[in-house]
Formats: sequence, structure tokens, C-alpha cells
Amino acid sequence: MQILSKMPLKEIFGKALLVILVASCLALTNFAQEKTLRVAAAADLQAALPETAKAFEAQTGTPVDIAYGSSGNFYAQIQNGAPLDVFFSADKEYPRKLEESGFVEPHSATIYGIGKIVLWMPANAQCSPERDRWLCLQDPNVKRIAIANPAHAPYGRAALAALQKAGIYDALKAKLVLGENVSQAAQFVQSGNAEAGIIAYSLALSPALQSGRRWIIPAELYPPIEQTVVVLKAAKEKHAAQEFVKFATQGAGREILAKYGFAPPPVR
Amino acid sequence: MEALWLSLRLAACTAVILLLIGMPLAYWLAQTRWRGKFLAESVVALPLVLPPTVLGFYLLVAMGANGPIGKLWVALFGHTLAFTFFGLVVASVLYSLPFAVQPLVAAFESVDGRLLDAAAVLGAGRWRTFREIILPLSVPGVITAAVLSFSHTLGEFGVVLMVGGNMPGITRTVSIDIYDHVQSLEYGAANRMAIALLLISFAVLSTIYAVNRRVWSPWPVKRGE
Repeated sequence: MQILSKMPLKEIFGKALLVILVASCLALTNFAQEKTLRVAAAADLQAALPETAKAFEAQTGTPVDIAYGSSGNFYAQIQNGAPLDVFFSADKEYPRKLEESGFVEPHSATIYGIGKIVLWMPANAQCSPERDRWLCLQDPNVKRIAIANPAHAPYGRAALAALQKAGIYDALKAKLVLGENVSQAAQFVQSGNAEAGIIAYSLALSPALQSGRRWIIPAELYPPIEQTVVVLKAAKEKHAAQEFVKFATQGAGREILAKYGFAPPPVR
Repeated sequence: MEALWLSLRLAACTAVILLLIGMPLAYWLAQTRWRGKFLAESVVALPLVLPPTVLGFYLLVAMGANGPIGKLWVALFGHTLAFTFFGLVVASVLYSLPFAVQPLVAAFESVDGRLLDAAAVLGAGRWRTFREIILPLSVPGVITAAVLSFSHTLGEFGVVLMVGGNMPGITRTVSIDIYDHVQSLEYGAANRMAIALLLISFAVLSTIYAVNRRVWSPWPVKRGE
């Protein structure tokens, strides 16, 4: 108080204002909604999962925040302590590895669908992928083929495997451009920067890409994309997280996923 | 190391092109009495404040086969501009524009007006005045512009991620390579590249600060104030 009394009123007022300002901007960060489910999802779910989340919120009142990206990206973030509740991976490897290193709620891993890859080209393409299949990629008009980055996106690995199995990888290697995730690969083609892409079937069914031409690549050309969801140990809303996984993989949620081309998981 | 070499090449090309474009632009900005000058200055400074996603988004749309630049480019060269080295150069030139133009404007503006008047009285034309008076007096500013646009391009990430397509040796720059290594949890490899980049950037910046101590400023500052 002694120090305060020596200060002119204006200065005290100024300092108080500064303290209030700093305190209020720090406090603002805590105003985020409580009891929101934080979900990380593979980019191929970009079309399907919002519908699931909306239906879930309507039924339970719990809002769901979803971040989309490559599964490898989220895997690295979770390994480094990302505060997430649920992780929808585009494969089963990342969830398995997370389980091994103790980041996953035991027994929460569930296969929510089998992903498919398609050869996708815009509606105005000169080639017809449903008829000419791989020949479209060898067409000299196709200068760039977009796939997801195989280094950290399961759909990129599937695309790569299919190209190799079809025996055309070496011939096409120089044409490949890599999206950070499968959504970006789709966007490269949709925006006309690449002429063709190997993308998730679920994305090809999304409103923005529906009008394009597609050929569903035969499943025997690549290892099955067993897309797995896990509840994370770091989950703050563990119960809600488990409910959401159940909702997404059974009943109404299952139907939404089926609508976007996810084949039902094999019955054990 | 391929990625590092690519980044260095990209940065060097960008710096050279930016000097060629930046000098006339900066000269005009420094000389003009046009009332709308502030608008031109704002446009030049835009990349400082815009997120790389805005630039990346518009570039991608413009360079796509349906975009204005893309259509022309495909007609001329048969392929789109995205996912090429030259596409990255175009993106980097836009991205680093203020880092070249602002130091140049500051340098050109700081040339004593009396010298310019004297040159005019003695019958020197604009070009000669620029070449023999303004440019020699602005050498520190030119070096600053070159080095800053070089090092800013070296550190570019977001725009490259959006329009690069991650092609080894063509568009996989060192920042993208580091990102990929981190994503794949290859921290050792990420660390080696990151340290190399850190050391290069530090060396470049300390050189410029040492050579050029009082001239540099991110904003145009008049000397003698």
C-alpha cells in the first residue's frame, strides 16, 4: 500500500487496466465449451463423420468437435500427448501401435468400416475410368496423379500398393503428387491441378466430388483398409467417448458410414 | 540433402527474381507522389499479414486447369503450374515480396534529395541518376533485400504444402521434408535437417547483421531519424 500511495492515480489506474487485460485474455482460453467430445479423424471421414456427429448430438446433447487430417499425423500428436478423446484412424496399425505404447483404453479398438479406394477423375475428363481403368493413368493427357502421402496416410499406402500390384508404379512414379492427406489429394484433382487421383471411395461420394467419374479399384490389389477407432486414455469424457464410438459403429451411425461407402467390418 | 539443395535453389531463384521485380517497384514507390500510393504499399505488405493458406488457396485455384493462369499455362506448356519447381518460384516471389521491396524502398527513400536535384540540373536522365547515384548509395538496402527474401523463402512451409505436391527433387523442400519426418516419428532425420536449416539461417542472418548493422528494419525507416 505504501508503494501504491506514492503513485499518481493515473498510473495506478493504468497498471490495474493492464493487469485486467492480461488476466482476461488468459481467462478467455478457458471459456471453451465444457463436455465437448474432441475427436481426431482420418481425412476420408470428412464427408461422413459430420453427419454422425450431428445425429449423436441430437440424441445425447453432447457436442462433438472433429479435426481431420492424416492418420499418421494424429498418431504422432497422440504419442506426444494430444488431449483427444477419440481417434478414428484410416487403418488398424496406428491404433495397434498406440495401444502397445499405452495410449489407448483397453478393449476399445473397434473396426468401423472397410475403406475402399477409387480412381477418380473430373466429370470433363477425356478418359473414362469406369471403362478404361488403369489405361486412364497411362493416357499422355494425364500429367499428374494425386495420392495421399504413403509415409503417413493409410490411403496413400493403399494407392501405392495397388499401383505396384497392377505393375504400373514404375511407369507412373514421375507423375505422382502427394497430398498431405487423402482429402488434399482429392482437392488437387478437384481444383484441376492434377488430372487424376486415387482417393477414398467415401470422399468420391461426398457432394463436392460426386459428379466426377470413378472406378472402384478391386480390393484384391491392396491390403484391406480396416479402419479402426479407439478411445484414448487421455480422454476427459471417457463415458461420452465410448458412447460415441458405439453410436458411430452400430445402428444409425453404421448406416451413415455405409452410405458413404464403408463396407461393414467382418463378423468375428 | 536433396531437399536442402532444392530449398537453396528455390531461395536463390526467388531472391534474384525479386530483385529484378522489386527494384523498379521500389523505385516507383519511393518516387511517386500519387495519392493512392498507400494502396500500392498495402498490396506489397499483404503477404506479411496474410496466412499462407490464403495465398496457397488462391494460387491453387488460379493455377488449376480451370483457373485463369492455369488455362494459359496448360495451353503453353501442356501441364499445370502447380507441382512444378517454377510454380513454387511463382508462389515464393509473391510470398516474399515485402521482404525484398520494403528494404529497397527504405534505401531509395534515404538517398539525399539534393543529390538527385544536382544530377537533374547537370542533365542526367532518370535511368542514369538511378544507376549512378541511387543504386550505389543503396547497396546495403539491396543486400538486405536479397538476403531477407532468400532466407524467408528458405523458411517457407504453408504455401509449399498447399501447392507443392511433395515431389522429391522438384517440390519437396526442406521444410516439407522435416514435416514428413516428424509425422513418421523419424525424429533423428528431422533433427538433422532442422539443425542444418537452423545453422544456415543463423549464418545468413548474422552475416547480414554484421555487414549491414544499421540499415535493416522490417519496416521502411528513414535514415538519420
